[in-house]
Amino acid sequence: MSESIKSLAALKRHIAALDRTPAPTVGCTRLATGHAGLDAALDGGLLRGRVHELFGAAEEEGAAAGLALILARLAADDAPLLWLRTTASARAGGSPYGPGLAALGLNPARLLIGLMADDAMLLRAAVEGLRCPALGALLIELRGRAPLLDLTASRRLALAAEQSGVTAFLLRVGGDPVPSAAETRWQVAAAPSDPLPGNAPGHSAFALSLLRRRAGPDGLAWRLIWDGEKGAFGDGRHERHEHGQDGQQGGAPLSGALVPLPADRSAADRAA
Amino acid sequence: MVVENVRGAMRLATLDADALAAGLTAGMTLADARAREPELRVFEADPHGDQDWLERLCDGCARYTPNAALDSGHGLMLDISGCGHLWDGEAELAQAATDRLERHGMRVRHAIAASPEAAHALARFPAAPAPDEDAAVRRLPVEALELEAESAVALRRAGLRTVGDLAARPAAALAARFGEEAVDALHALLGLGHRPLAPRRPRPAIRVERRFAEPMGSSAHAIKVVAEMAAEAGEQLAERGQGGRRFEAVFFRSDGLAFPIRVETSLPIRDAPAIMRLFQERIDSLADPLDPGFGFDMLRLTVPRADPMAPTQLALEGGEARKSEGVEALVDRLSIRAGRARIQRLEPRDSHIPEQAQLALPAVEHRAPEGWAPVGDPGDPPMRPLHLFDPPQPIDVIAEVPDGPPHRFRWRRTLHEVTRFEGPERIAPEWWQARDGAIEGESTGRTRDYYRVEDARGRRYWIFRHGLYGAETVHPGWYIHGLFA
Repeated sequence: MSESIKSLAALKRHIAALDRTPAPTVGCTRLATGHAGLDAALDGGLLRGRVHELFGAAEEEGAAAGLALILARLAADDAPLLWLRTTASARAGGSPYGPGLAALGLNPARLLIGLMADDAMLLRAAVEGLRCPALGALLIELRGRAPLLDLTASRRLALAAEQSGVTAFLLRVGGDPVPSAAETRWQVAAAPSDPLPGNAPGHSAFALSLLRRRAGPDGLAWRLIWDGEKGAFGDGRHERHEHGQDGQQGGAPLSGALVPLPADRSAADRAA
Repeated sequence: MVVENVRGAMRLATLDADALAAGLTAGMTLADARAREPELRVFEADPHGDQDWLERLCDGCARYTPNAALDSGHGLMLDISGCGHLWDGEAELAQAATDRLERHGMRVRHAIAASPEAAHALARFPAAPAPDEDAAVRRLPVEALELEAESAVALRRAGLRTVGDLAARPAAALAARFGEEAVDALHALLGLGHRPLAPRRPRPAIRVERRFAEPMGSSAHAIKVVAEMAAEAGEQLAERGQGGRRFEAVFFRSDGLAFPIRVETSLPIRDAPAIMRLFQERIDSLADPLDPGFGFDMLRLTVPRADPMAPTQLALEGGEARKSEGVEALVDRLSIRAGRARIQRLEPRDSHIPEQAQLALPAVEHRAPEGWAPVGDPGDPPMRPLHLFDPPQPIDVIAEVPDGPPHRFRWRRTLHEVTRFEGPERIAPEWWQARDGAIEGESTGRTRDYYRVEDARGRRYWIFRHGLYGAETVHPGWYIHGLFA
């Protein structure tokens, strides 16, 4: 018995030695979003050189892609940003539009778009891209359930990101949150904007909720407003829902975190 | 023999020697020919296949001369000026080329002449033996000029049977009767005019070749040799202060086929390992692997496109200093693996039609453009969507007639209640593009009234009414054109 325990301990040490990731070069810096509440909850911002996963329902595609692009642009600073998507995504969700990117304050000249034939090719290209330290940030868009993105695949992405220090954002349109090796997992939806005079739609507003975070509490929600001219997130109404999910390691999907539901959303609408 | 469908009837297109001997001629209907010779073996004409085959042969002929061109009428034209000594003489070169082609069951006729037109005619028309080339050309029949059939008949009726007869006449009279092209053809045949050959491949700036005494049966070994050649090409590029933007490795097989493999880079490079990484990437992504067949007997590496590249600093321990790999290298690798059109950059275009205001271009060949001017005033929310649907997607809209804003709309089976909107922003068609000044016609499209709308759940869309009510259309349709962030 004691022998088996000893060998078990040896095996554990061996695995720990195998699993030891090389010391991240720039991995320790944090990316401040500019939103006071969000940054405070994240101890200063999103970690660079990690994978962050953003989930959005299929009908929330505009908001989810918009927020992912804005975060990726913040992470990339002035370096090129690569947006990998599949041709199926481009068919279903439309193609990126330069004037619209420019209007959001994201310079389209620093954007590269990779249109891959399928998810397998996309994930291969994503690992390749994450190994290139000159890249500012990588945005990986996957549509639907994406069964190819399992724990192994996301771990591969996370390792590549840690080694090169490139921040990766996994945009999951219409996918259900499942366990992955991502540093943080978020649910993104559009939020009603603050109207301009004449009841015109105002600046882009997002409802963001933290589903899971590797080190720290989750189950928090915010409303973010992006001001493209200032290049920072403004402070919307500050919503904060704490559910005390601190210790729970992400197992079941939707691990207790709640998306704040607008009052005017009908049940039939949710089912649709 | 080969038949083709001419105006609804199957007619003979080409025949072999036995068929000609049996009295069949090209242009005869298949039914007539079958009536005479029931034992005919008939094949359908395949002009594209023929052309393809000829192009492959032409590429294979690059082993004799860099200037190989396709010739009209199922021929190849090789410019062998200055190439003969490599084969102990021009006649030996021609013999080697015909031997190689005949080994594949082709029947080859060849001629060597001072001008391409003369060689073309001499190879196709039987000429009486002559002491020199000029005399041989002059003894060719007038058909060798390849004028229209009536002209050739008219020349024969006038008693002009050979090119020599024609050359003796004054050119002015000839031009008056048979047109300028007759005189041009005559002069070309006699070598008086000079028409340059249009080679199938333009001659590249840098080329490195390896020929093997014995064919090489292993692709892996061949790739190693290409790596040596890449290092050599890299040295040549460094001497010129250039870097290659395109590289082409051609694997010549001993049975005459050639496999070209091309790679492209977005920044000039001359580092052999970098070049070989791209080649390896390309070879790995080939649909059918590089097949050595009976072996490769020649390899060639060329640099069809080179750009200036500053000399690089040598590191102290020798070799070029390694600088960290840029994004361009990533773009090259991904473009080669996935296809060059799949990695794109957006480029602005000066058009107010939304879907024409940008172009998605291959990133490997276009540098980052500048000058994206945002639409609208600074400080405004985005006036243009993040995602654009091309083509726009039709939606069902409830709106006031004739030009009221939308109240609710149905898109992808979901009903959206519009709570906030801004618009219309009217975008007129490009009337100056209309043919014959017609504004009514569909050729330039209709006026669009765009609305920025937000639904009850905060999702923002860009939708438009297509056409002015009553003026342009009876019942204008509504479309969704984009999604805002």
